[in-house]
Amino acid sequence: MNEQVKQALIAKLTALADDELILAHRDSEWVGHGPILEEDIALANIAQDELGHATLWYGLRSTLDGSDPDRLAFLRDAAEFHNCELVELPKGDWAFTLLRQYLFDAYEALWLSAAKDSTYKPLAEVAAKILREERFHLQHTQAWVERLGLGTEESNRRMQAALDAQWGYAQQLFVPLEGEGVLVAEGIVPDLGGLKQTWLLHTTQHLQNSGLKLPLQPGYQPTSRQMHTEHLWSLLAEMQSTARWDAEAKVW
Amino acid sequence: MPGKFGKPTDPDYGERLAEFEARIARGEKIEPGDWMPEEYRRQLVRMISQHAHSEVVGMLPEGAWITRAPSLKRKMILIAKVQDEAGHGQYLYHAAETLGVTREEMLEALLSGKAKYSSIFNYPTLTWADIGTIGWLVDGAAIKNQTMLAQCSYGPYSRAMVRICAEETFHHKQGKEMVILYAKGTPKQRAMAQDAINRWWWPALMMLGPHDSDSPNTPTLVRWGIKTKTNDQVRQEFINEHAPEILEAGLTLPDPDLRYDEATGNWLHGPINWDEFWAVVGGNGPMNKERLEARRRAHAEGAWVREALAAYAARRQQTAVAV
Repeated sequence: MNEQVKQALIAKLTALADDELILAHRDSEWVGHGPILEEDIALANIAQDELGHATLWYGLRSTLDGSDPDRLAFLRDAAEFHNCELVELPKGDWAFTLLRQYLFDAYEALWLSAAKDSTYKPLAEVAAKILREERFHLQHTQAWVERLGLGTEESNRRMQAALDAQWGYAQQLFVPLEGEGVLVAEGIVPDLGGLKQTWLLHTTQHLQNSGLKLPLQPGYQPTSRQMHTEHLWSLLAEMQSTARWDAEAKVW
Repeated sequence: MPGKFGKPTDPDYGERLAEFEARIARGEKIEPGDWMPEEYRRQLVRMISQHAHSEVVGMLPEGAWITRAPSLKRKMILIAKVQDEAGHGQYLYHAAETLGVTREEMLEALLSGKAKYSSIFNYPTLTWADIGTIGWLVDGAAIKNQTMLAQCSYGPYSRAMVRICAEETFHHKQGKEMVILYAKGTPKQRAMAQDAINRWWWPALMMLGPHDSDSPNTPTLVRWGIKTKTNDQVRQEFINEHAPEILEAGLTLPDPDLRYDEATGNWLHGPINWDEFWAVVGGNGPMNKERLEARRRAHAEGAWVREALAAYAARRQQTAVAV
C-alpha cells in the first residue's frame, strides 16, 4: 500500500470509528431512562454494538499506524474528530434517537454490504462481521420508525419533527473525505455517491409508508467532516473527563 | 373450592398449611398455581418486587458514569452491566407476576414511593472508582443474599436467582479487578479507590438488612424457606470474604474495630449506624428524591411512546381482522 493510500485509509477508518463512537455515546445516554424496560435493553444493545464497531475501526487503524484506540477516543481534541454532525446532536426524545439510529443504520448496512467486498482484506473482514449486527439494528429501528410514524398523532408529530431536523444532517453521511477518491479507485471502500441513491430510495419509501413527509427544504447540510456542531466539545468534555483527570494514569 | 392463596380463616387452612410446610421441609419447590398461604404470597410479592425495583433503580447510579467511563473497554463493560440490571429487573417482574400482580401495579407502587428498593442506591456515585467499588462490594453483598435466595422455596424466584447470580458473579469480578488495579495505580487512582471503599463499606453492610433482632419477618421467612439464612449470617459471610481481600489489595477499611477472631474464624465489625440506615430507608438518604424523580421522569416522558405502541398494535389488529 503506498503512502497516499495509507494516509487516506487512516483518515477513513478514523471517520468510521468516530461516527460509531459518538453515536454509541448518545445512545448510551438513554440507559436507565428508556420508556419501557425492554427497549432500554434493546437500545443498550445497539449502543454496545456501535461501540464495538468503533473499537474495531480504531483497531484496524492501529494496525496501520500503531495508534492507541483509547488515546484516540479519550485524549484527542474535538477539532481532530471526524465524525459527521448528525451523531453529535443531543439525544432529543425517543423519536429523535430512533430516527437518527434508523437513518444511520440504513446507511451503514448499505456501506458494509459493499465494503465486505473490499480489496483490502482486513477491512472486508471487519465489514462482514459488523454487517450481521447492523442488519438487526436496521430491522429494529425500521420497525420503530413505522410504529411511531403510524402510532398516535403525537408520535407522528414528534417523528416528523425529528425528520425535519435530521434530514439535512443525514446527507453528510454521503460526503466523501478529502482524498477518499484514491480508496474508491483502489476498490478499498465503496463509492458513496452510488450508495446514496439506494439509501434515498429505501429511506424515502419507508418514511413515506410510515406516514412521514420528506422536508421540502433539506435544511442545513454539513459539507466536510472538519465541521462540527456546538455540541461536540461538551460531549467530549464529559466523555473524556475521567481519562483526562489523571495525566499520569497508564491504565484504566 | 378454597382459593389457592389460603387464609387462616379458611376451614381447611390448618391441614393445607401442614401439607405446604411438609413440602417445603422435603425441599420441594412451590410453583405458580400451587396452594400457598396468602401471607407467603404477600411476602414473596414484597420481596421480589422490591428486588426488581432495586435492579431498575440501581441502573441510575452506575448508568450515570457510562458517559464518563475512561476507556473503550470500561465503557462497553459498564453499558453491558447496567443492561444486565435491566434484564434482572425484567426476570424479577415476571417472577412476581406469577403471583398475580401486574408489572403496572408494581411500577405504580415504585413511582408513588410506596414500594421500597435497596437502600444502597440512595447513595451518590461521586467518582469513577465508585463503579468498581459498587461491583465489588454492592454486587458482592447482593450475591451473598441471592445465592441464599437461589435456594428459596418458590420456584420462579429461585430460578431467577440462579440466572441472576451467574451474571452478578461476573460483575463482582470486574469490579474487584478494577479496584485492585487502581489500588496499585497512580497516587490519584489509589486515593480515588480508597475514598470509594471508605464511602461504600458501611452502606454495603447495611444493605443486607437490619440485625436479626430487628427483622420481624425473618422467622416466618426462614420457616417457609423463602430465606434460608438470617441477615446477620449473610452479613458475616460477606465480611469474611471481602474484608481480607480489601486489606490484601493494600486498602484500608473505615472500621477501627474490625478484627479477625481466631476462635470463630469470623471478621468482627464495629457498631453499624442503624440510624443512618433507617433514615435512608425512610426516604431521607442523600439520593432518595433524585432516584425516584429520575424514574418518574423516564416514565412520564415515555408515556407517549407507550401510547403510540398501543395505538399501532391496535391498528394492526384491526387490519388483520378486516383482512
